[in-house]
Amino acid sequence: MDSDDDFMSAVSSEDDILPDDSDNDDLSGAEDFDFDDEPDPDLGMSKDIGRKRVAYDISFKVYQPADIQKQQDDLINEVNMILDISKEEAAILLRHFRWNKERLIEDYMDAPPQVLEAAGLAQEPTSLPRLEVKPGFVCDICCEEGPGLASFAIKCGHRYCVDCYRHYLSQKIKEEGEAARIQCPSDGCDLIVDARSLDLLVNPELKERYHELLNRTYVEDKDTLKWCPAPDCQNAIECGVKKKDLDKVVPTVSCLCAHRFCFGCILSDHQPAPCELVKKWLKKCADDSETANWISANTKECPKCNSTIEKNGGCNHMTCRKCKHEFCWMCMGLWSEHGTSWYSCNRFEEKSGTEARDAQAKSRVSLERYLHYYNRYANHEQSARLDKDIYTKTEKKMVQLQKESGMSWIEVQYLNSASQALQTCRQTLMWTYAFAFYLARNNLTEIFEDNQKDLEMAVEGLSEMFEKPVTELADPKLKVEIMDKTSYCNKRRIILLDDTAQNLADGRWTFNVELTGSAPTSGGPSNRR
Amino acid sequence: MALPKRIIKETERLLAEPVPGISAVPHEDNLRYFDVEIHGPSQSPYEGEVHFAVRYRWRGIFKLELFLPDDYPMTPPKIRFLTKIFHPNVDKLGRICLDVLKNNWSPALQIRTILLSIQALLGAPNPDDPLAPDVAKSWKENEQAAIATAREWTQKHAVPN
Ligand SMILES: [Zn+2]
Ligand SMILES: [Zn+2]
Ligand SMILES: [Zn+2]
Ligand SMILES: [Zn+2]
Ligand SMILES: [Zn+2]
Ligand SMILES: [Zn+2]
Repeated sequence: MDSDDDFMSAVSSEDDILPDDSDNDDLSGAEDFDFDDEPDPDLGMSKDIGRKRVAYDISFKVYQPADIQKQQDDLINEVNMILDISKEEAAILLRHFRWNKERLIEDYMDAPPQVLEAAGLAQEPTSLPRLEVKPGFVCDICCEEGPGLASFAIKCGHRYCVDCYRHYLSQKIKEEGEAARIQCPSDGCDLIVDARSLDLLVNPELKERYHELLNRTYVEDKDTLKWCPAPDCQNAIECGVKKKDLDKVVPTVSCLCAHRFCFGCILSDHQPAPCELVKKWLKKCADDSETANWISANTKECPKCNSTIEKNGGCNHMTCRKCKHEFCWMCMGLWSEHGTSWYSCNRFEEKSGTEARDAQAKSRVSLERYLHYYNRYANHEQSARLDKDIYTKTEKKMVQLQKESGMSWIEVQYLNSASQALQTCRQTLMWTYAFAFYLARNNLTEIFEDNQKDLEMAVEGLSEMFEKPVTELADPKLKVEIMDKTSYCNKRRIILLDDTAQNLADGRWTFNVELTGSAPTSGGPSNRR
Repeated sequence: MALPKRIIKETERLLAEPVPGISAVPHEDNLRYFDVEIHGPSQSPYEGEVHFAVRYRWRGIFKLELFLPDDYPMTPPKIRFLTKIFHPNVDKLGRICLDVLKNNWSPALQIRTILLSIQALLGAPNPDDPLAPDVAKSWKENEQAAIATAREWTQKHAVPN
């Protein structure tokens, strides 16, 4: 789904403005919140009274390039000392053993020659690599010969002229993105060109790229490390969540660059839905995109007067310009009914069995059911994008207003926080619909849908305030309302995620599809080469 | 750009000591472009027809084009079947799935060795690493039928002129 990508990138760039600490700050309020109460606007204002760990919080660490380098150096030094081999050899061995130091040391102690050979290291002691001029030498690659032709060979003795060797290495590094496992140019020789030989032969630019690629293999070789998928981000995240845990936890991590993503599948944050459901859902959406596409169109007709209405903000509260009819963009129902507790725009009412007797009716019901969830999923995705557009516009006007009303930069930041909350909450809402699509009907699901509805109503409320003209936004009263609503939204999101994650960890959800327990990861590290 | 010494040497050797069952002749106007012919190996469905009774015999001859890119031999030659062939590792466009033409290319390999590898591939199709999934499927499901089809195609397309 193309729009999906757009949305993801939109969110990550929005995240750059403000690191997403906001939900953690608001955690305190979550403890004393009562589900049955009407929204209490004051909740958001109570600040940090000790942090509570929520079920969806997982521990992780962010490493910057220098950290990654240091970790490797430490391991190399350690092996270098313990096994009494050169650092270059230690590095090659560690890479061969995918950085499993313990196994390397154990195996090496058992049978050094076998280990060395398997890793592509010949057995003689290292002598410094150097260029040589050998009489009578003919280069097999370029067929050049002649006096003074400098040549090079690693320990296997397969000798080629310096130009060819350089050319070969540059081909491997630059064009093929190889580093840790560059073999001797000779056909069938699997001896590996070590870092020191490489440093002797290539120019600084290539050397840098080589070490960058070597760093990459370190991260890619370790199951507990993953690159942050944000474009241009060089950081890696360490997280202990294993593949087999992915049916119990949605391991959302956030990088120093503010990008939030799932450690399990490296897609952007998809809480509360577990990776495998996300994968199923995205595949379903891709397969059914043609049926579903018309739903997410930007224009609809007013249910009362049929005049065309274009959605240009994130808010779902629509007012027809012509007849002033107020309705919900998502379900096309009366907006006036949306504030009441019994109205459920988020819940798909299953048709009774009698209605769905024959196969055709059944397939229609199943399509309707899918469209119900897809419609809402796509709508939040689209709204998040529109909310962001509005913010971009508002931001410009706020700059103007700063000048005119004398408000300071700090004083207008509440709009930033509101925009941030809208984005994050809509992203969560979007995935709640994918999640709900796979939920079997039971009590737990109903509680989930109540939480979903509460969050949705809060978000729509905030979204509506956010759409007000700039002059009104500067009104101190509205400002306080927006701030309250912002923290209320964040709080509702935490409640929903915490609840869902707890049930997921306890294995209490019943899904209407089979979950295998280990969702396959979608290409990440490998395509970053 | 002058032709690199490596290409000149290889060409000279290909013409002076040809590999049995393989010929590669460069175009006069483009010495990096070769017309290639490979004989189907014996005991393979690409072998051609043998009529002992009339002592008439012909071999399946497969035409290929081979091009040496600018960075040859750092990158492998580009090769493609021109003759239609029913083979799990050759697709409709004649492209070949062969490790030495991809990951396992080494600049120490030559046109000669590559052509030998292709000839060997004709003798030993590998349906587990397919480029033409439909062909590979029929190869795995009913090898006898697949071989018959390959033979048929050879008779139809790989006939000497
Ligand atoms: Zn050379
Ligand atoms: Zn070698
Ligand atoms: Zn990052
Ligand atoms: Zn995931
Ligand atoms: Zn109307
Ligand atoms: Zn509605």
